[in-house]
Amino acid sequence: MKKPVEKNTEKNRKVQEWRRGRSFLFLYSPLLSFFLAILLAFLLSSLLISWIGASPLLAFKALILGAFGSLNGFTETLVKATPLMLTGLGLCVAFRSKVWNIGAEGQIHLGALATTLMGVYLPHFPSFISLTLTGLASFFAGGFWAAIPGWLKIRWGVNEIITTLMMNYIAILGINYAVHVPLKEPGGFLPQSALIQPSVELPILVERTRLHAGILLGIAGAGVLHILLARTTLGYQIQVVGLNPDAGRCSGIPVGKIILIAMVLSGGFAGLAGMGEIAGVHHRLLENFSPGYGYTAIVVALLADLKPLAVILVSILFAALIVGADTMQRVAGVPNSLVLIIESLIVLFVLGSRALSYVRHPLFFVKDNGQRTTEGKLRIS
Amino acid sequence: MEVWEWGSGDSSTLSHPHTSIPLYPLPYPHTPILPYPHTSPLSYLHTFILLRIDKITKRFPGVLANDQISLEIEAGEVHALLGQNGAGKTTLMNILYGLYQPDSGQIYFKDRKVKISSPRKAIELGIGMVHQHFMLIPDFTVAENILIGFKQRGPFLNLKRVEQAVAELSHRYRLQVDPTARVQHLSVGSRQRVEIIKALYRGAELLILDEPTSVLTPQETHELFQILRTLTAQGKSVIFITHKLNEVMQVCDRATVLRNGRKVGTVKIQQEGPEKEVIKENLARMMIGKEVSLETERTALKKKPVQFGKEVLKVEELEAVNDQNRLVLKKISFSVRAGEILGIAGVAGNGQSELVEVLAGLRKAVGGRVFLNGQEVLNEPPRKLLEGGIAHIPEDRLRMGLVLDLPLPENAILGSFHKAPFSFKIGNALPGPRWLNYTEIRKFTERLIISYDIKTPHPEATMRMLSGGNQQKFIVGRELTRSPKVLLTVQPTMGLDIKATEFVHQKFLEQRENQVAILLISTELDEILALSDRVAVLYEGQIVGLLPADQADREILGRWMSGL
Repeated sequence: MKKPVEKNTEKNRKVQEWRRGRSFLFLYSPLLSFFLAILLAFLLSSLLISWIGASPLLAFKALILGAFGSLNGFTETLVKATPLMLTGLGLCVAFRSKVWNIGAEGQIHLGALATTLMGVYLPHFPSFISLTLTGLASFFAGGFWAAIPGWLKIRWGVNEIITTLMMNYIAILGINYAVHVPLKEPGGFLPQSALIQPSVELPILVERTRLHAGILLGIAGAGVLHILLARTTLGYQIQVVGLNPDAGRCSGIPVGKIILIAMVLSGGFAGLAGMGEIAGVHHRLLENFSPGYGYTAIVVALLADLKPLAVILVSILFAALIVGADTMQRVAGVPNSLVLIIESLIVLFVLGSRALSYVRHPLFFVKDNGQRTTEGKLRIS
Repeated sequence: MEVWEWGSGDSSTLSHPHTSIPLYPLPYPHTPILPYPHTSPLSYLHTFILLRIDKITKRFPGVLANDQISLEIEAGEVHALLGQNGAGKTTLMNILYGLYQPDSGQIYFKDRKVKISSPRKAIELGIGMVHQHFMLIPDFTVAENILIGFKQRGPFLNLKRVEQAVAELSHRYRLQVDPTARVQHLSVGSRQRVEIIKALYRGAELLILDEPTSVLTPQETHELFQILRTLTAQGKSVIFITHKLNEVMQVCDRATVLRNGRKVGTVKIQQEGPEKEVIKENLARMMIGKEVSLETERTALKKKPVQFGKEVLKVEELEAVNDQNRLVLKKISFSVRAGEILGIAGVAGNGQSELVEVLAGLRKAVGGRVFLNGQEVLNEPPRKLLEGGIAHIPEDRLRMGLVLDLPLPENAILGSFHKAPFSFKIGNALPGPRWLNYTEIRKFTERLIISYDIKTPHPEATMRMLSGGNQQKFIVGRELTRSPKVLLTVQPTMGLDIKATEFVHQKFLEQRENQVAILLISTELDEILALSDRVAVLYEGQIVGLLPADQADREILGRWMSGL
């Protein structure tokens, strides 16, 4: 193709104008509407709280102080945020390629199993090497668990929602069996595995708290995924496959391969979350070590609009709600299940604000001559 | 007294065309509602105009879909609406059924001016539509399907009454359907009858059938025609949308031909007699178009003589099946030389889509050989074909060519993101991701927008915000800047206005001068004749003829296209 005619001032001016106008696209802020939605959710639930006869102000104060007010509360929030963050990050990748991976819970369990096996059977290495090996093992264990439904989808067109969901049961029940029989602590009575060796434990960041290095892994993972999705050809292909697989295939993107990669990445991050729980918190494999992190992470990823950096924020918010709920119940006499209502309200309001912003976005009102207008026809599809 | 033309509908001075008896006192137009002509004492004397469309215009961004179309439907007639793909038939019918609003023009139903704002309004008026793809729920019975969307009193379904009514209707119009049968167990022909009954149950007096025979076997088609005759004998009117001439000659009373969004004319059909063949040929000519040719309308198009190179694309005895596993390409052979445009004409659905999909690597062929630059490339993956120099301007641009929810730059690199300068690798030998270079991508997009004159609110706007014509220009620009050796293009100007069409054609000719081999597949004969160096005709999966463009003429091609 020929070089553009740089001398043509008219066209150059046009380009200049575009380049200046680029900032305009970022003016519309999803962050603002997100906080507005949270505010609305709290306002509406304060009505509920006053209705049951408690003071909303006291309740929210207790909720916030419980989650952030003390060192113990704050670190506990971060501990709870870690698995949500890691799993939510993985789901961002899968959901961007429009593969509905509901199986993060099972993938967390597989990661936990791999960590336990490494922690119990790995010969003694320096901590750095042990942790790296354990990380890789749990990443690929989770990735493998996600790759099976991914492969079934691309090979036979099996609905991944069903397969991933069913594989959760296999993983969870399988691990329940494992801690009862083959992995049971020798000589122990409880259904739990032996303790993992100290070299596989994640270092504690703040003394006398449970805050472990998993949170750093989560934040670093968010950065890596953000760059991967926004800046590399792999992220680009994942995006194209998610939005229009037919166009992807037409332009030479190996759609099946990309779906499989997205699934492995997704399951891998969930596996890392499982490693964080075992190597960071429990130090042994237990029954029911995850109170449904894999399912909450679906909401986290969707609320974060599948943006890795936003996952950090949303997962901390959800963890804070979980941690603060008990303080709220103690101090204000509000049942801690109210937090579930607040969570649901946040989800509803955020989704609502997104639907509204989608319609009201000024760029959606386009006249035939390309000028923006506020009264033009809505041009969707 | 004025001469009263057949169906002209100028109502003030009516006389019957055959008898030329002035009709006083006139029931028309002063009596607004007159259900059926045969119930009127004067019905044998005059035709009752059920529906009159007056100068309907509908414009989509970049496309003039309907340009001042006027039409009259008489009570008790089967009126064919003929035209090629993209002629504006479907748009017009969607306007009638309330799915679109016209930009200008009026609709009169039973001589009352009406505004059809929704399908519900159309149904209330008495307009029923049978879509090409049936709108039935397979798990429901016939009667349950007929009840869908029908307002009824009280919370309980009165299925018995519906079943009775359906039985009555099917007896009256000889539509054999069991109201208690589940739709999933019915044949395609029966499902169509259910659709017709559904419309009749809702009180339709005008039935719109959108390409009703495209899904039917010959026997079912024959039965449908019987039904249409029964319907019209009882005063219902039918609009029959089709592009099959034989069917028009068999069952229709009149036919209106549309082309490029304009009405070409209305013709009275004689189903028997010596004039039949003449009328048929006339219709064919009206559909394909003769008087409005490219030479008169588009003076800018100049084809320079080009020295053809070697055969870049060679296809030998290619066979392929469609999604229903039916053989739709039957041992096709042809070749395209560098600098040559091979036009493939034919009515849509004769294997064109499958042919291009095979050549672009999107569909596996079951037999034959394809050579690209002398190398055999049959059933290679798309990436490899693209690398080998194939560019593909797909038929369904929204589905296959673009990602509507991504911004323009991301769409601009769709086929070439994995190559420099759009992406690079840090440390060539190391494993690792390829990084996108957004500076280069943006620059490239801006160049594309300027050199292909694409109208966009912003170079990083999402693709959805562009009009259809600009989206197509974007695809053409993207594919041509990849400097291909072979260009596959299907209906490249479908839905484009004249200016954009001319622009795209101009670009194709430039490529031809650059020694690109172009395979142009189109149902527009004008386009094929204006651009091609050789013309082939595809009919039922076979190439039935191949001529140099200077020997090709519309009559021969038209005959080949209709399988004669």
